[in-house]
Amino acid sequence: MTSTIEPQVGAARKRKEDARLITGRTRWTDNIALPGMLHLAILRSPHASARIASIDVSAAKRRPGVVDVFSGADVKDIQGSLPCAWPVTEDIVHPVRPPLADGFVRHHGEAVAVVVARDRASAVDALEDIEVEYDPLAPVLDLRAAYEDTGLVHPDKGTNRSYTWIFDSADAGTGSSVRDAPAEVTINRQYVQQRLIPAFMEPRSVVVDPGMGEYTIWSATQIPHILRVFYALLTGVPEHKIRVIAPDVGGGFGGKLQVTPEELIAFLAAQRVGKPVKYTETRSDTMLSAHHGRDQLQDITLTAKRDGTLTGIHVKLIANMGAYLGLVGPGVPILGAFMYNSIYKVPAYRFECVGVFTNTTITDAYRGAGRPEATYAIERAMDELAAELDMDPIELRRKNWINADEFPFTTVAGLVYDSGDYDAATDKALDLFGYAELRAEQERRRAAGDPVQLGLGVSTYTEMCGLAPSRILGALRYAAGGWESASVRVLPTGKVEVVTGTSPHGQGHVTAWSQIVADELGVAFEDVEVLHGDTRTSHKGLDTYGSRSLAVGGVALVEACRKVRDKARVVAAHMLECSPDDLEFTGGAFRVRGTPDAARTVADAAFAVFAAHDLPDGVEASLDADATFDPQTFSFPHGTHLCATEVDTQTGHVRIRSYVAVDDVGRVVNPLIVEGQVHGGVAQGIAQALHEEAVYDAGGTLLTGSFVEYTIPSAADLPTIVSDRTETPATSNPLGVKGVGEAGAIAATPAVVNAIVDALRPYGVHDVPMPCTPERVWRAVKRGGVA
Amino acid sequence: MSSSHRVRVSVDVDGTRYVDDVEPRTLLVHHLREQLGKVGTVVGCDTSNCGSCTVLMGGADGPQHSVKSCSVLAVQADGASVTTVEGLAGPGGELHAVQRAFHELHALQCGFCTPGMIMSAVDLLRDNPDPSDAEVREGLSGNLCRCTGYQNIVRAVQSAAAALRAQAELPEEATV
Repeated sequence: MTSTIEPQVGAARKRKEDARLITGRTRWTDNIALPGMLHLAILRSPHASARIASIDVSAAKRRPGVVDVFSGADVKDIQGSLPCAWPVTEDIVHPVRPPLADGFVRHHGEAVAVVVARDRASAVDALEDIEVEYDPLAPVLDLRAAYEDTGLVHPDKGTNRSYTWIFDSADAGTGSSVRDAPAEVTINRQYVQQRLIPAFMEPRSVVVDPGMGEYTIWSATQIPHILRVFYALLTGVPEHKIRVIAPDVGGGFGGKLQVTPEELIAFLAAQRVGKPVKYTETRSDTMLSAHHGRDQLQDITLTAKRDGTLTGIHVKLIANMGAYLGLVGPGVPILGAFMYNSIYKVPAYRFECVGVFTNTTITDAYRGAGRPEATYAIERAMDELAAELDMDPIELRRKNWINADEFPFTTVAGLVYDSGDYDAATDKALDLFGYAELRAEQERRRAAGDPVQLGLGVSTYTEMCGLAPSRILGALRYAAGGWESASVRVLPTGKVEVVTGTSPHGQGHVTAWSQIVADELGVAFEDVEVLHGDTRTSHKGLDTYGSRSLAVGGVALVEACRKVRDKARVVAAHMLECSPDDLEFTGGAFRVRGTPDAARTVADAAFAVFAAHDLPDGVEASLDADATFDPQTFSFPHGTHLCATEVDTQTGHVRIRSYVAVDDVGRVVNPLIVEGQVHGGVAQGIAQALHEEAVYDAGGTLLTGSFVEYTIPSAADLPTIVSDRTETPATSNPLGVKGVGEAGAIAATPAVVNAIVDALRPYGVHDVPMPCTPERVWRAVKRGGVA
Repeated sequence: MSSSHRVRVSVDVDGTRYVDDVEPRTLLVHHLREQLGKVGTVVGCDTSNCGSCTVLMGGADGPQHSVKSCSVLAVQADGASVTTVEGLAGPGGELHAVQRAFHELHALQCGFCTPGMIMSAVDLLRDNPDPSDAEVREGLSGNLCRCTGYQNIVRAVQSAAAALRAQAELPEEATV
């Protein structure tokens, strides 16, 4: 009873999640088989833009084993329109987006008709017998042409421009006007944020069991709670008759932060046939139908004094929405709007973004969502400014960043950064990297005319995490809030059940949340069970994205634990016949000050509460509590990443020779998990720099429609990185945590491209468009300047 | 298409013999998942790139090697013996060295690629008990992971390799 317990927060606990995952005892949505369950296959548009002249499903319906076949026309009056929860301006153009195409298709892969059959093979076979006549229309594919309204994606709207969103520090009162910014030096650059595909490993899958008017839905989603709300709003089925479960979910990276056509189609199918149905997409379906990410044209202008002091940042953005608006798609570039100034003190800032429709798959959140794009542009432009001024790129950054003694700092974009130490992270990274030695080697290779040149790239970054203060979201016209909830219940034998509103899909919340509870309540790590991802057990939550789970959900958990502890303290005091004020909670127990052997644990209190024979007056016979935490501000992790590339000027081949990541994510709950998040994030950031791009042909056919063409990196394509941390606790939450999920993906891309360009500066190269394939690098070398 | 035509397939999976009549076009992975309930083996793509469906397969008595079970027809597995991730642990449930190392070194996050990754690693270490990091990376390049950046996977495979080598040396030392 009086034994002390090792602190769990900060310990590299191995994950509780692993046991099932390494033995194949998993619960993926596609593993679910219900009695009488039917299977769906979806016919998708081969055209980027077409009028549907006719659909004939009669032959498909006659096939053996086919129970139902329907198209948009059959569900016209009930299928509704897929939601956009972030209409960023009052006058946003928001076209109807039916789950099944109704009269027109507007991108390759749009769902046109669905077969319901006894097994998957019968359903797929029957697709061949659906006759669709299309009148193809000229697709609008080029983003700039779309912006100029050369051809229209939605002719009835009269424009491809969905919205224009502007921030100006002069108008906001957070700075001066970029028009007045002193401009001894001006750097103006255009960058293309190529379209990416999130490529979570588990294809999306949904099972809908219509029961007797009570719907149970399993979905491979990041957002079971949000999905339930939208099911209720879109189908008319009362919310309390809908249960959504996200069982084991195989990755998301934002790609499963969506209310999908397939989720609605499966619902409609289950309603029509009155039986459980399952739809599991193929990878090719994923590529066509799951939302894509990035796809922006950036124009960034930096003004500065000759000594390197930044005087203004002006960003003009064209953001490709795809054919419709996704759940939070319009808001993605707006998240970036707050990050172009990054860690720098800039007196003037203006940001203009136009969201534009094209005949392509929708874009929406992908790891970082707006913040990687912003960080890329500013960090690339900072290197260009450094080159122009003949300054070391790190010294240029140091000259402009917010010093450790200047926090809290209100940025030109209006955010208040609570904490950070950019010098500490950078100095540590430079040391691990061996910056000076590598610069010396670079000089030697340049002098020797080595065909393989060495380049050094830096990226310092911060990001706004912990999405998000509900009031700010409201001010930005987001439909929901940003709070998170947790419930803690102590069982009679002292074991603890935790219900969290976060919805992990690889992040290790079960392990990390157990560590937090163990410390807060003085119970064993093993004695905590974490329940999540089922709206029946966790009715309240806003799910997992935007590096929010720990910084918001973890804090809600701490607050719920502290409520439980406060009550346990009253019970313990009663048991020890003292005042609650005489007790201190230390070493996992309430101890009487000065008499530490007189102690009671939370487990003791739990049993006393269960028996309820002798509770203090007014104390309920329960030991549980709920908490909902709504952050007052965002959290701001930061870091410095350094990359050394060897660039073969004769073949264009790029090899990452070394990579150092020093991240400051505030207090760390589990270093093993944090390191894993950094590794994975950096891999995705490198992938954007070197490997990945979603490509459409001139007719609007997605050419990168499988893993053959969309080449996510394998183990053989990636380097071993060095990762380390500095730790500046957040002051904005009681855990001191900041978030880590997106950091690597934000920092790595500019670090790699900066390194490539740095290697090639003697060849007159000042940019290589992403992904920096050997061909593009080679062309850049041949041509000089931009590839 | 004649879905009525079926072919008898007898296959040993994780130590149990299964005899079923299957459509000739049925892929081994679908046979495993849909007929035999071996849902620990998963499907991550439709072009044999991702390797999530990797199992070990061999003749009834011959050695097993890793195969992508999406690239094998169920009828080709007639008479074969197959080990999936569900059959990798020992009879008492003790984890295989590769499974243990994946847990200890945090070589998985979402875990979807993990069954295939583990099975490929097992086969890799049978072929090459003492690989370099580059050989591990090359050897696993047919298995895609989107979460980990592979770094801890490489560490885990190296750790398992060392454990397996130590295990292999034990009996000899015992006789000295």
